[in-house]
Amino acid sequence: MSQAMAEAQRDPFADAEVVLEVEDLVKHFPIREGIVIKRRTGAVQAVDGVSFQLRKGETLGIVGESGCGKSTLAKLLMRLEEPDAGSIRFRGEDFLAMRGEELRRMRRKIQIIFQDPYTSLNPRMSVGDIIAEPFKLHPEAQPKQGIRNRVKELLDVVGLNPDHINRYPHQFSGGQRQRIGIARGLALNPDVIICDEPVSALDVSVQAQVMNLLEDLQEEFGLSYIFIAHDLSVVRHISDRVAVMYLGKLAELGLDEEIYGAPAHPYTQALLSAVPVPDPTMRHDRQEIVLQGDPPNPANPPSGCRFRTRCWKATEICAEKEPELIVRPGITQRAACHHAAQNEDVSAFES
Amino acid sequence: MTTTTHPAGTEQEGYDASAPLLEVDDLHVEFRTKAGVARAVNGLNFTLNAGETLAILGESGSGKSVTAQTIMGILDMPPGHIAGGEIRYRGKNLFDMPEEQRRRLRGVNISMIFQDALSALNPVLPVGFQIAEMFRVHRGFKRKQAREEAVKLMQKVGIPAAEKRVGDYPHQFSGGMRQRIMIAMAIALDPDVLIADEPTTALDVTVQAQVMRLLKELQTENNMGLILITHDLGVVADVADKIAVMYAGRVMEAADVFEIYAKPGHPYTKGLLESLPRIDAEGERLNAIPGLPPALTNIPPGCPFSPRCPYSTELCRTDRPELLPVAEGHVSACHYREEIYSGELKPREEAQA
Repeated sequence: MSQAMAEAQRDPFADAEVVLEVEDLVKHFPIREGIVIKRRTGAVQAVDGVSFQLRKGETLGIVGESGCGKSTLAKLLMRLEEPDAGSIRFRGEDFLAMRGEELRRMRRKIQIIFQDPYTSLNPRMSVGDIIAEPFKLHPEAQPKQGIRNRVKELLDVVGLNPDHINRYPHQFSGGQRQRIGIARGLALNPDVIICDEPVSALDVSVQAQVMNLLEDLQEEFGLSYIFIAHDLSVVRHISDRVAVMYLGKLAELGLDEEIYGAPAHPYTQALLSAVPVPDPTMRHDRQEIVLQGDPPNPANPPSGCRFRTRCWKATEICAEKEPELIVRPGITQRAACHHAAQNEDVSAFES
Repeated sequence: MTTTTHPAGTEQEGYDASAPLLEVDDLHVEFRTKAGVARAVNGLNFTLNAGETLAILGESGSGKSVTAQTIMGILDMPPGHIAGGEIRYRGKNLFDMPEEQRRRLRGVNISMIFQDALSALNPVLPVGFQIAEMFRVHRGFKRKQAREEAVKLMQKVGIPAAEKRVGDYPHQFSGGMRQRIMIAMAIALDPDVLIADEPTTALDVTVQAQVMRLLKELQTENNMGLILITHDLGVVADVADKIAVMYAGRVMEAADVFEIYAKPGHPYTKGLLESLPRIDAEGERLNAIPGLPPALTNIPPGCPFSPRCPYSTELCRTDRPELLPVAEGHVSACHYREEIYSGELKPREEAQA
């Protein structure tokens, strides 16, 4: 079913402009020991060779378990952390080479929405000041007189009452605070918004409201999203393409029909099979792959394929040779596995 | 030292073995704060039988954790206050018991697993010691014997090399392993009732599957009554037998798990199910429930869900609906439960937009 489906619903963004191009991005955090003389004894390989493209109007979902490096990746894309190697190109320009004024201007174009709406808003600033803060840092974006009206406009766009401009964050609920964070992210008319677990702190009923808002805004302003989350159902709903991350590397990358319909990487298969489906009649139909143990230590990852220690398909080649993220025979998405094969038994679709 | 085995002298303390395992009857719990009285639980009813899994489903602030703490008797009082109702364990009201008797129940007959294992375990004591404490305090075991029991339990909950790890501290374990240690402590004395308060919320999805499977196995083995407190409709569908959906401190709907997913009898349950992004279907726009849950200090009169309900009428804003049957074993607190259940009722026109 997957082949036919993938061809029938061709990638709608195939011809769209590439907004963000990431190649071989690497970030290792050094581990230092010693009190007086600090020796570098190792490194946590948080992000280790990640490449992908993001196109205009598209949502790229990034899923993975805790510690897989997805939040570090978000920080690298924002240049809140400097990568050790690799390149980030924004509309063809080298984002990492930018300095000073040029960088400051470019930062307008990539914004972030954080996970926790309780800690990402300054409790001592009014909502108006929080949303207006980007304009202070980028005065060229908005003439001073117009700021207050623009803030009210933004509040309206995200579905909050513009009259509440003088209120403080504690007067809002979690979902409303997340809307404030979204308004702040939108203030400078960015091209790319990085959403780092934007709905995981919210209740189910409110989560749906925020996801609908994100989709509306994308359509209205032609935004590209990088949507980082651990909840596979949420990512499935909002993403056009999905990247699965494991221990600092991408395990699989493809259209959401490919990843969810016929996952080819064993890790993706295990991940999908573990997601409980909110339908009790499916209870015994699902083929569940229960992974043994926990992810290895990212400071000392296994040789070759990083998933091999928990993989039921692992053979000698997996320990010797690191699998590349490429399209392999018999599959349409890119998978970093020597034994990649589509498995429709663990498909998230109803058969 | 006594060598009593479970259930330790339940007869002489006035328990009725034929009564339901746990009955919550019209429970009211409130918090008296400076900002007013927050009514966290407002007339809660449910029954749990042996070997049964009851899921209590609700969003934050719906009163599900307060209910768990009240059953365990670990609610902070003050500011907490039990304003009415009864909780009966095998027919005996917990609130009438002297504290000493409740203490003998806690951990022995009724046990609990917390959401965040790292903050629930003592960081300065080895995990083996913490598990062994259950045997030493409640059973009067000597240290060596208790430690042996702890190792056995750690093996039972699937901790590799339990013999070696019994002296390790909580921070040396991963999240999933810590949750297993909590489970080991909770089941140490073969409780009849196990309350699991969001046991897998802090865990990754693959680890969540392992832990839920373990809980289910242990439940079957010991014929425990399991109260699973969660907000995750997926986990509920996977393991529960019965569901009680809570909203603003009340049960809105309770039924068999298959029944409730197929034919919800309350607009809130229906709304929750529809607002869920599904992994097994490409969603169009999500049907979000508009608005927010009410503040517990200011619960609206009538049905607490009425301000957000697409079906609500004048009646809903004035009269509080009681929890009444809509089908066999299926109760709903909605004036229009029959129509919702049969799917006849259409949302108000202005609510459809």
